[in-house]
Amino acid sequence: MLRYTLTRLTSLILSLVAASVVIFAAIEVLPGDPASVMLGVNAQEDTLAALRTELGLDQAPAERYVTWVSGMVHGDFGVSYTYRTPVAQMIVDRLQVSLPLALYALALTVLIAFPVGIWAASRRGSVADVSVMGLTQLGVAVPNFWFAMLMVLVFAINLQWFSAGGFAGWSEGPLLAIKSLTLPAIALALPQASILARVMRSALLDTLSEDFIRTARAKGLTRRQALWRHALRNAMIPVLTIIGMQFSFLLAGGIIIENVFYLPGLGRLIFQAISARDLIVVESVVMLLVFAVVMVNFLVELAYAFVDPRLRVRR
Amino acid sequence: MSLLTIENLSLSIHGTPILHDVSLSVAPGQILGVIGESGSGKSMTAFATMQLLPAGAACTGRISLSGQDVLDLSEAQMCALRGNAVGMVFQEPMTALNPLKTIGDQVAETILVHERISRREAMDRARDALARAELPEDRFPLTRYPHELSGGQRQRVVIAMAIALRPALLIADEPTTALDVTTQAQILKLLTRLVREDGMGLLIISHDLAVVADMADEIAIMQRGRVVEHGPARTLFQTMQHPYSRALLAASTHAPDRDPVINDDALLVVQDVVRSYTLPRKALFGPPRVIHAVRGVSFQIKRGESLGLVGESGCGKSTLTRAILGLEQVQSGEITLGGQPVFTGHRPNPQVRRRLQVVFQDPYGSFNPRHRVGRLVTEPFHLSENPPQGAARAAAIAEALEAVGLTAADQHKYIHEFSGGQRQRIAIARALITKPDLIILDEAVSALDVQVRAQILDLLADLSDRFGLTYLFISHDLSVVRSITDRVLVMQLGEIVEQGATEQVLDNPQHPYTQQLVAAAPRLPEDV
Repeated sequence: MLRYTLTRLTSLILSLVAASVVIFAAIEVLPGDPASVMLGVNAQEDTLAALRTELGLDQAPAERYVTWVSGMVHGDFGVSYTYRTPVAQMIVDRLQVSLPLALYALALTVLIAFPVGIWAASRRGSVADVSVMGLTQLGVAVPNFWFAMLMVLVFAINLQWFSAGGFAGWSEGPLLAIKSLTLPAIALALPQASILARVMRSALLDTLSEDFIRTARAKGLTRRQALWRHALRNAMIPVLTIIGMQFSFLLAGGIIIENVFYLPGLGRLIFQAISARDLIVVESVVMLLVFAVVMVNFLVELAYAFVDPRLRVRR
Repeated sequence: MSLLTIENLSLSIHGTPILHDVSLSVAPGQILGVIGESGSGKSMTAFATMQLLPAGAACTGRISLSGQDVLDLSEAQMCALRGNAVGMVFQEPMTALNPLKTIGDQVAETILVHERISRREAMDRARDALARAELPEDRFPLTRYPHELSGGQRQRVVIAMAIALRPALLIADEPTTALDVTTQAQILKLLTRLVREDGMGLLIISHDLAVVADMADEIAIMQRGRVVEHGPARTLFQTMQHPYSRALLAASTHAPDRDPVINDDALLVVQDVVRSYTLPRKALFGPPRVIHAVRGVSFQIKRGESLGLVGESGCGKSTLTRAILGLEQVQSGEITLGGQPVFTGHRPNPQVRRRLQVVFQDPYGSFNPRHRVGRLVTEPFHLSENPPQGAARAAAIAEALEAVGLTAADQHKYIHEFSGGQRQRIAIARALITKPDLIILDEAVSALDVQVRAQILDLLADLSDRFGLTYLFISHDLSVVRSITDRVLVMQLGEIVEQGATEQVLDNPQHPYTQQLVAAAPRLPEDV
């Protein structure tokens, strides 16, 4: 198990190093230097020169790369050119919205998908199964911003249970903050839950046809007991893979939903930074998202080993 | 009084009749062997007894188990019966256990499902059950996972699960088909011992007459959902009346007529071949582990000869086959066919490769289901520099298919339209089409029913007589090797421990391992 963890950890670090090189190089290969990209074509010579010094462009690329990486390791992501505030502070602010939103949406996804997937699998081919799977088809097909707008119409405008947008902040107490994240989280979760429910159902059906389920039934377990005690855990590997991918998506991919609900999240930050050509912010946020994705994958792989004893002894 | 009585059991699945008027009975302490080919309904009879039938199944008749009529019981009552009054052992031990649970947990589960006792008590009894199945705790702790055990050991775990509550009846569905002969002998001995100790009834299902003949008290032979012959094992082979049972017995002992012309020149020469694999390190800085799959093997096959290669799984047979086929480079030693090396540089030698063909065990998995037979049998042409085109290609396809007893018109069909035996014929046609010098038959008849197996053996004997083919016949089944080979090699742990004329080696084995193999092989009574 230690060996497994160490290998995964090594590959995590290697991925991060590779990603940082690629991100750094991508910004490096832009035509002109980053300073002229940020300031546009009509920039004054002296403003450009000042920005070049500020960005450290007079140093060699290798040197700049090392400065950038070591800065990030110490929590220093540089200063945003457009907002003139430390990028680290901006990220922390935005994460207060995006991270809870992603976790909230993921929790809803799992809470919806697990029972639905298990229920459909245990009634394979029945009317219930077919209609639930039809609904999830719809959930996958309909874009999440449409759900979002629909929910704003119903729950915010007609029923007035929730506000139509904005984020209350955590200072007013967690309840208000969670309330303002509820509609966005549901909008994000519905399509994801549909996908996960379908994965859950098909993974379960696969394991339910395995020989060891027949063995369990021959021992005297009921159909339901065989499903809960033997099939479910065996079906978890594909489900965990999808959950990992979904969390990464939810963290970064909420741009549209954040826009629909006017939430100051990471997605909006990166969108604004790209429009403003604030490369310092773009670079750092992209790196942070890569870190999150790699980290989630690492946790998912640890979860695999927790679920499946065969993985603990392998490489 | 009977323990299990099946009377006039008929079964249909979605309206398709599967069983017709099956009547069988098992008394306490008695072993009933049920024999039949695939599709004869023997497994369905067992599943009907357990009421673990596929969806859409409908039973009529009576199945009485310890006085209870199984067909009248509710699903909840059946759950109380399964594992408690009747245990079941399956064919495929590699997949019959949950890979994520320890063997202790899985055996204890049988007990916990049926009795209200603490987990600790259940574990104690699981320990006893495993010990009775000859998996003592000091060597096989309860915390082992299935993947840490061999196939035979896993089958013992399945048996321990089935007998943990000392059921009155045990059903074993082809319990040893997936196992090596020596392991098979041990498992059969274990089952017999448990029956005798507990006075349990045993219903053992097999496609192999010899497996059951050794241990059963009563034998029933099934064909197409009917019991066609039934009687005491001691006398059944002498008294059997039904033409099917007689045909089955004849096929089991069938030896094809062979008239080989063996030349003196060596076709395939294997010289001091060594192949080992490096496994991942166990500890982070420990030495890498090495498996010596083939250690210094040398032998020759003469042109026109049929050479057998026997040994248990893991003995290096497959690695050696792959090396001969040029699929795997050897670390030292040399393999030549007609004087030319199989490997040149680091690549297989195409000149040699096209003169070698192979037929594999599984007639279902070794064809692409989306190609027509005509395309499947011409696959080896990719080895030729100038494969025949147009009319010549069509003629080659027709010739190969007709050589194996099919017709030229079959080339337009898809593989799913053929039975297992026909598929194996197509596999042989595919091997024949390049007119190779040597055909490697890798367990080529092991997955076939006895009657089909007899036909394929006849076909192979006939083809080698007609075309002067040379065979390397790899099998774990000594009776098959005896019937089709001239010489035999016995392989153990990567080495050839004995070789010689087939009759001589099998009748008078010298090496202890060969003696063990011959002793373990199930055989029909002498006077049949």
